[in-house]
Amino acid sequence: MKSGFWIFLAAFISLGGSWCGFVLAPELQLGGAKQTTILNSSDVYPVGRPGEAIQGSSVYRANGCAACHTEQVRQNGMTCGVTLTDAGKNPEAVTNLISSLKLTGLTKEEADAASAKITAAGGKAEIHITATGPDIARGWGMRRSVAEDFLHDNPVQLGSLRAGPDLANAGVRADANWQLLHLYAPKSVVKGSAMPPFRYLFEVRKIEREPSPDALKLPPEFAPPVGYEVVPKPEARELVAYLSSLRATAPLYSAPISP
Amino acid sequence: MTVNEKSNINLGGARLLTSRLAGTLAPPVDASLRVPLLALFGGAAFWLVVSSVLAMIASIKFHAPDFLANCPWLTYGRVQPAADDALLYGFCIPAGLGVVLWLFAHLGQAPLRGTIVPAVATKLWHLGVFIGLAAILLGDSTGFAWLEFPRASSVILFFAYLLLALWAMMNFAARHERAPYPSHWFLVAALFWFPWIYSTANLFLVAWPVRGVVQAIISWWFAGNLLFVWLALVGIGTAFYFLPKFSRRPLQSYYLALFAFWTLILFGTWCGIPPGAPVPAWMPVLSSFAAVLTVVPVLAIGVIAWQTVYSSTNCEPKGGPFCFIRFGLSSFLLSSLMSIAMACPRISGVTEFTWFGPAQTQLQLYGFFAMMMFGAIYHLLPRAVGFELPFPKLARLHFWLSMSGVLLFIVPLAIGGVVQGMKLNNPNIAFMDATRATLFYFRFSTVGLLFILFGNSLFALNIFAMTFVWEKSLVRKALSVVTAPLEKSPASASLPSSPGFDVTGRRDKEVQA
Repeated sequence: MKSGFWIFLAAFISLGGSWCGFVLAPELQLGGAKQTTILNSSDVYPVGRPGEAIQGSSVYRANGCAACHTEQVRQNGMTCGVTLTDAGKNPEAVTNLISSLKLTGLTKEEADAASAKITAAGGKAEIHITATGPDIARGWGMRRSVAEDFLHDNPVQLGSLRAGPDLANAGVRADANWQLLHLYAPKSVVKGSAMPPFRYLFEVRKIEREPSPDALKLPPEFAPPVGYEVVPKPEARELVAYLSSLRATAPLYSAPISP
Repeated sequence: MTVNEKSNINLGGARLLTSRLAGTLAPPVDASLRVPLLALFGGAAFWLVVSSVLAMIASIKFHAPDFLANCPWLTYGRVQPAADDALLYGFCIPAGLGVVLWLFAHLGQAPLRGTIVPAVATKLWHLGVFIGLAAILLGDSTGFAWLEFPRASSVILFFAYLLLALWAMMNFAARHERAPYPSHWFLVAALFWFPWIYSTANLFLVAWPVRGVVQAIISWWFAGNLLFVWLALVGIGTAFYFLPKFSRRPLQSYYLALFAFWTLILFGTWCGIPPGAPVPAWMPVLSSFAAVLTVVPVLAIGVIAWQTVYSSTNCEPKGGPFCFIRFGLSSFLLSSLMSIAMACPRISGVTEFTWFGPAQTQLQLYGFFAMMMFGAIYHLLPRAVGFELPFPKLARLHFWLSMSGVLLFIVPLAIGGVVQGMKLNNPNIAFMDATRATLFYFRFSTVGLLFILFGNSLFALNIFAMTFVWEKSLVRKALSVVTAPLEKSPASASLPSSPGFDVTGRRDKEVQA
């Protein structure tokens, strides 16, 4: 390191290397990614979110929801099971064979072998793939999150902390009504929730003539004074539309599961 | 041949340093730095306090979710990133740049020329931070961690940094001691590092966003390079100047430092992609591999520091700045080991998505970098301004508050993170129970944050008082020029009597407007 030039060169080489590796190469590999087809189906995945949900994604960003919520499900592995769909011409032999075989908790190879034996005996079998892991067991998703799930998102908000539950499949778990109640008063639907209430996404207004059909049906201790009602502002609707659009359940080649 | 002899014989920069340390510094060097340093550190101190107030608000929300809940711009998801960015962009980077300017001028024995430009660039930088923080609180964040500032603010920050780095490099080019000292490698590399990663991240994430998870990958790459590599380069570069200075012996040794530098930039720059990320598998694997290899530079830095400070017959160095730097280095070793652990898939399976990650980041940002900067600033600012610290006892108190604050804040948070992770990994334990388990640890962390807030306020108090005394002396000097014919000896009679003793033994003759 005789002069500034050599220091510059050292820094240039190492940073340039990682730039090529983690900026250029991912862009070349994934930057032109297109929709994929769902396993055993001709449908494409992912379809874009509806317009209101795209606006909701920006409410999600503005309020920093990703500071406490992740949108990525992890998976430890997978387990296969074999189900008999047709006993064929010789049901007795197939039944005897099945009672001697292990049919759940198999690896892919074991399942293939078992399936082959059943087919050889004249029956028909189907293999079911189930993802395993704590996140799956918690019901946060059916499979791990993969790159395809985030194709249309901008910005991609994966999150890095689970102060609140994972939201990769928030749309599957809860309906829009529950989401609105939860946003206005988290404790009204989740006892002891640590989520701050987002009351500023709602309007508390005097009931004119007759109550609005959109007004929240809150439990008494969270309800506004008599003669008033709580109505979601557009931001709240958009945010809920976004949350409802979070569904990463399609079986994909990169994350196979049986629907 | 001992390491010491070898490093002296082989020369390198190490022997040069002894002459640089022993020699008295040319007054113009310090005088030239006064205006930009006061501007950089003054603003940094302000944002530091802002950051701890915001962090405190965010932390209280975990104990009382209803706290300030009706105020959109103080919701947790806005306050927390604002607190983080105020610490990183508001304090760490300008403080680091100020220390770089001072170190370059001193190591090269060359006064800073055209100080108006870095002074203006500093004001621009702080303006950029203000716009960025206001935008986050108003809901205009970009949504990328550590890159929340919107476009307008990023452009200002980028050009302000370029100007400051350019002036530092011009000063480096004008150095009188031609052979670069080890600190030079780290600091020159850091000056170059930031514009590259910051422009890449802003162009590909904010200006022309790439598609899908490539966004997440670039964002991780940026955060890793900023939080691990940039902070380490500046912090360790600073330590390699101050450790030999305080222990009065050369750095042990030149070649080990060269090795640490090369391995740090070579491996460190690939870190940051978490093992469980939903991206093609080669990326997290490569990143984890590099992260595990960073144990090499981290240990090398530990060995260098230990041998420089402790393997000497001299008594151990003492003093406030040394305490800060020693604590900062220990935090660096610990936070690096924590981040290496998080790169291992086994451990990451437990710690990912828990409070362990934020604990590591805060240890890196505050426990390591900010503490290092406090030590450096307490040492260099009195020399640059020409006054002793106005409240030296408060600086001591600051050390104790910050140190206990960091321990109270980080240790329970990291333990809480592991507990949370183990509970989250057991699907039979309800999610709420896992969250509730962390609340116990969070109470300690909030108290720790309170300590840190007090410590930071004391730091700001010293810096502001120093700026005030200096500005007062400027006014007096101006007055003395105006009233000169009326007094007998205006030059000496109207000079300020600074509180405490004058470090450099000089009066304030070379104060420049």
